[in-house]
Amino acid sequence: MFRRILPLVAGLLWAGSALAADVSLLNVSYDPTRELYADFNKAFIAAYSKETGKSVEIKQSHGGSGSQARSVIDGLQADVVTLALAYDIDAIAGKGLVAPDWQKRLPLNASPYTSTIVFLVRKGNPKAIKDWDDLIKPGVSVITPNPKTSGGARWNYLAAWGYAEKKFGSSDKAKKFVGDLFKNVPVLDTGARGSTVTFVERGVGDVLLAWENEAFLAQREFGKDKFEIVSPPLSILAEPPVSVVDKVADKKGTRAAAEAYLKYWYTKEGQEIAARNSYRPRDSEIAKEYEKSFAKVELFTIDDVFGGWAKAQKEHFAEGGIFDQIYKN
Amino acid sequence: MSTQSSVVTSATELRAYAPTADLTVSPPPSRIERARPRTGTSPDNLRTEPGPVRFIIITLAVTFLSVFVVLPLVVVFASAFSKGIGTYLAALGEPEALSAIKLTLLVAAISVTLNLVFGVIAAWAIAKFDFTGKTFLITLIDLPFSVSPVISGLVFVLLFGAQGFFGTWLQAHDIHILFAVPGIALATIFVTFPFVARSLIPLMQEQGTQEEEAAISLGASGLQTFFRVTLPNIKWGLLYGVLLCNARAMGEFGAVSVVSGHIRGETNTMPLLVEILYNEYQFVASFAIASLLAMLALITLVVKTVLERRLDEGQEPRDH
Repeated sequence: MFRRILPLVAGLLWAGSALAADVSLLNVSYDPTRELYADFNKAFIAAYSKETGKSVEIKQSHGGSGSQARSVIDGLQADVVTLALAYDIDAIAGKGLVAPDWQKRLPLNASPYTSTIVFLVRKGNPKAIKDWDDLIKPGVSVITPNPKTSGGARWNYLAAWGYAEKKFGSSDKAKKFVGDLFKNVPVLDTGARGSTVTFVERGVGDVLLAWENEAFLAQREFGKDKFEIVSPPLSILAEPPVSVVDKVADKKGTRAAAEAYLKYWYTKEGQEIAARNSYRPRDSEIAKEYEKSFAKVELFTIDDVFGGWAKAQKEHFAEGGIFDQIYKN
Repeated sequence: MSTQSSVVTSATELRAYAPTADLTVSPPPSRIERARPRTGTSPDNLRTEPGPVRFIIITLAVTFLSVFVVLPLVVVFASAFSKGIGTYLAALGEPEALSAIKLTLLVAAISVTLNLVFGVIAAWAIAKFDFTGKTFLITLIDLPFSVSPVISGLVFVLLFGAQGFFGTWLQAHDIHILFAVPGIALATIFVTFPFVARSLIPLMQEQGTQEEEAAISLGASGLQTFFRVTLPNIKWGLLYGVLLCNARAMGEFGAVSVVSGHIRGETNTMPLLVEILYNEYQFVASFAIASLLAMLALITLVVKTVLERRLDEGQEPRDH
């Protein structure tokens, strides 16, 4: 019977293949943006066909920011990359796939939406976690992904470092603080979503260091009666950047659509979609409208505290860098 | 014991009558070893343990199996149907799910076909001929069993990636292997490579070359010999290998994950989609796909049992 059904099923599947669109874009993105881009793509496809009369199809690929960049370098045909941090796009630019000045081509460091790092704790906040200090207390178990593979984890790490350096005034003390923090981390997942699943579903840990949008999403999925979001008074301004992959877009002849796609982020509609998905919008009007959705947090940038991504990457996350020294002990 | 010595006699006879060459390959001794447990000792003689010990051992085995095999299977199906059959079917009808099922079937079809051809050729060469480097060839065939699937995937990245060995040439000719169907098929072929050959080699070695030699001496051509003599002899073993090859091809995760690029609706196979959906909190959809893979496993098991019975039956008369 199975043999008789199989060709039938196979036939149906082939017949059901999607009809080809005028333009097809591949957006290679990082882990927690799945829901954001599902929303954004729908809106863009409608807007684009209204404006140009062309149908566009957008394919998504998600994974840890670092490994996604690696795949693009290895030949994944991404028309646009929307990754967790500028360093990962720099790495792609380093192989000549993206123009070196990519971050100047779009407004606001080519980061149309921002986020920050917050704490997700269990209902009632049983360990009374309010600020970064509380994370290094003995007996507090902290969940964060691995900074070597995850963009979100690098933001987590740098946020903790920035806090400590501001509070204690020296990088030696910051190193000690971050070292103590990682002593409280029982498991390092490779990506942000993996860590969320570890915390939320497997019930491991007292606090999850998470993207603000990721924390809100977990709360939406599992209910406010299970998890609470704690925003520390001071955290980092995370700027996830976007760029056209010049070499691929030019070869495929998709540059116009790819550029329109990224520019759509800077429209009111785009900004609204970001805000709706708990990413902090750049547009001041939309930001005001969604003011109540986001806690007031004093935010420092990576340029302020670390002198940019290239420097931070080299000092902290490169082979034998500060993270390696901390994690070995 | 009498049966055993008769086998020895027949084996010696075979030795005497068989034409020349292949006598160094050793079907007769292996036949004796096979015959011993089957005919020499009856199963009753093996029951030396006292009742309670037997009971404890059986209970342990059954408990272990229920906890580690049956329970997870039940959980998969329970989660898949937790929101009713409607949601289950809707999850399988999603474009992404359909595309994953389609890709998995396509990749399995490609890799099983190629490995079938390759497996028969390799088993033929190893079982029926003697040549230098034969042991080395057998080791090579086994290699995918001993290499971690992630490494198998990375090998193809190193070969066909844009920065890889053939990368520049492939890019210049606009040929996409990695992060596309060819790459996924290649990685799958690599990891499922040993199944057909491995299930045929012992069978063909045991059968020896006498029947083929007889056919050829009676005037059959090479192809005729293969289709009329060899193939009927190995058909159950061949199906057995194909079955295992197919099960692994559809279920492979590690190697495929490395070369897939995870393009939604395009390069995600079913096992990859299960993980993705799970990570997106779509548990019902995730377990719905997982249930298809579990069903594949169950069907494989049933067919495997049937084939194993056929294989045994097919060999029984040959032993005497």
